[in-house]
Amino acid sequence: MSARIKVANPNRCIGCYSCMLACSRVNAKTASLIDSAIDIRTSGGIESGLEIIVCRSCIDPPCARACPTGALTPRNGGGVILDKDLCDSCMTCASACLPRAIHFDKAGMPVICTHCGVCARFCSHDVLELRKTEVL
Amino acid sequence: MWSNVLYIDLDTGEHKVKDRADLFDKYLGGTGVATQLLLEECPPGTDPFSPKAPIIFSIGPLNTIFPCVSKTVSMFKSPMTGELGESHAGGRLSMAMRFAGYDSIVIKGRAEKPCYLSIHDDEVQIKDATSIWNVSSVEVIGKILREVEPGKGRRSIMRIGGAGVKMVRYANVNVDTYRHFGRLGLGAVFGSKNLKAIVISGTEDVEIPEIAPYSKMYNKLYDAVVDTEVMDKYHDLGTAANINVLNQLKGLPTRNLKQSGFENAENISGEYFADNLLLRKIACSNCPIGCIHIAMLKTTFQKGHEFEVNHISYDYELIYSLGTNLGINLAEDVLRLIDRCERYGLDIMSTGGVLAWATESYERDLITPTDTLGIALRFGDTNNYLKMIDKIVEMPNKFYQTLAKGTVAAAAEYGGEDFAVNLGGLEIAGYHTGPASIVGQMVGVRHSHLDNGGYSIDQKAASQQLTGEQMVDKLIYEDYWRMINNSLVACLFARGVYGEQTIIDALASVGIKKTRDELETLGREIFLAKYEFKKQQGFDVDKIKVPGRFYETISQLGMIKEETIREMLELYKKKTGI
Repeated sequence: MSARIKVANPNRCIGCYSCMLACSRVNAKTASLIDSAIDIRTSGGIESGLEIIVCRSCIDPPCARACPTGALTPRNGGGVILDKDLCDSCMTCASACLPRAIHFDKAGMPVICTHCGVCARFCSHDVLELRKTEVL
Repeated sequence: MWSNVLYIDLDTGEHKVKDRADLFDKYLGGTGVATQLLLEECPPGTDPFSPKAPIIFSIGPLNTIFPCVSKTVSMFKSPMTGELGESHAGGRLSMAMRFAGYDSIVIKGRAEKPCYLSIHDDEVQIKDATSIWNVSSVEVIGKILREVEPGKGRRSIMRIGGAGVKMVRYANVNVDTYRHFGRLGLGAVFGSKNLKAIVISGTEDVEIPEIAPYSKMYNKLYDAVVDTEVMDKYHDLGTAANINVLNQLKGLPTRNLKQSGFENAENISGEYFADNLLLRKIACSNCPIGCIHIAMLKTTFQKGHEFEVNHISYDYELIYSLGTNLGINLAEDVLRLIDRCERYGLDIMSTGGVLAWATESYERDLITPTDTLGIALRFGDTNNYLKMIDKIVEMPNKFYQTLAKGTVAAAAEYGGEDFAVNLGGLEIAGYHTGPASIVGQMVGVRHSHLDNGGYSIDQKAASQQLTGEQMVDKLIYEDYWRMINNSLVACLFARGVYGEQTIIDALASVGIKKTRDELETLGREIFLAKYEFKKQQGFDVDKIKVPGRFYETISQLGMIKEETIREMLELYKKKTGI
């Protein structure tokens, strides 16, 4: 729990989705876009550039504050940890996240970034970096 | 495991999904399955523009789940050749089909009014496209549909422009702005069905039987693609690197193949484009290469620093076809011509071939200013070529109606067959490398340089002194194995990564066990199934005329003799049994 994903060079993204597929492959054991905690999407077609949506690793995460059941708790070093047993899929966390970094999988669970760095490992253009964070 | 076929009938407006494990288990997917669907759905003698003629799309078992397995194959009856139409496109389509849960899509019938298909997971709708039917620009169609359709961010949008609507026989289908189903006239078939566009998106998962072997294989392939030199060519200069190389080797068709080298090649080379015009590179889904090269063309249209800016994708074949083959000296002019064809959704390789034939015919007075409606045709004259492209789509008189049917049809009407540079009815790819290129495009199932890479075999022959028979053997090897690559629908740029053993291992990692012998046999079987379709539709390889021009212009391997071509063709027929 001492690292976070950083969008280091957003304009270098080529839209290959390798990061998203890596995230779902490693964390959800599927080949999927919807199971990925990172979200790459075009805005206005492939000719208009790409949006790179990641968990911003808030130190005081509004998603955790908004969660009515205590399923999300702040993670040491930034971001949140999900306890699936406590989540009732109310989606309040998603509304609280301005960068829209929280979305829901087919089972209705929020897909939460663990800042494991596998997306950066599979980014061939150094868009993403895994950076060390200060642990309190 | 993955075997859903979505059938859509534009006559009745109905659709259904069938599990065709019978086809996918045997033929893997992609071109293997699409060939069988074509044999099922397109009886002998079907008119390419008949409602009964099918449009088929297919992906394979590895699409989206392995790097560079990023293409979709389309099959149809080609209005250009009257036989097998097969075209491959990248972009996001294979990913969208996979996550929507469809491994193949079969479209038949003709909508009563202009329509487009809206496919989002299980939601399949045929929607009214009357208000966009006459919007000519494929870029604008994309912009309009993005506003009204769901799936924002990762959907795929196929659409036809003015050329497809007017059924120019070499109209293409634009996929996600910068990729295409090109060459054999799929855009015209869309037009014949009153089908303007298809939007597709999906949110399904692909369940992997065992994650550990799959992940291990994925990592190996990803590292091979990204960290070795195998793919360097494609992510640096891109295929445009070929301009200077082929020019030096005397293999670059120039001015309607009157020459095989271009004195101003440096000005329109891949190096020039990359250094001066390249804006950025982008990728097909799940391809970390990013070989799609986008140039920025900035044009002054008024005093006071008023600029029009266009973003235009370029590749080797486009620069050859609208550049060297038309004698165009400036890269910016090549981009203007590419942009004009792109807007209408015209296949660029065929358009360049048609314009090159027309220019030489004009030089020889086979066609007159009356035919061209006053447009003087001269090699190197970009502005007049731009006017010609407009007229090919508008078709204001018999001459332009004929040009809209392709080089062979035009030469049949106006003469000049000997310099109507085509093989099997299709304007050629940008290689005058030697006999393997010619024979390869004649016998190739879709008359493409990508069927068997004949140009590359010629280049090997230059250094290894290959005999005609050895070249034929290499053509056949490629013909069969590319059936496998194309059944996975892997990008052929990545064929250096996806060799025999890698394909076997990648399939095994997701639970599909195939031996080398089984795959080679399957490759041959798929190849022969395509020939069965071709023959059903009247194809006869012996009826292909090789225009005299091929024997008059020096190639990379020197002058090509008619006798060599005939001998290699006979050997090919004997060894393949076609």
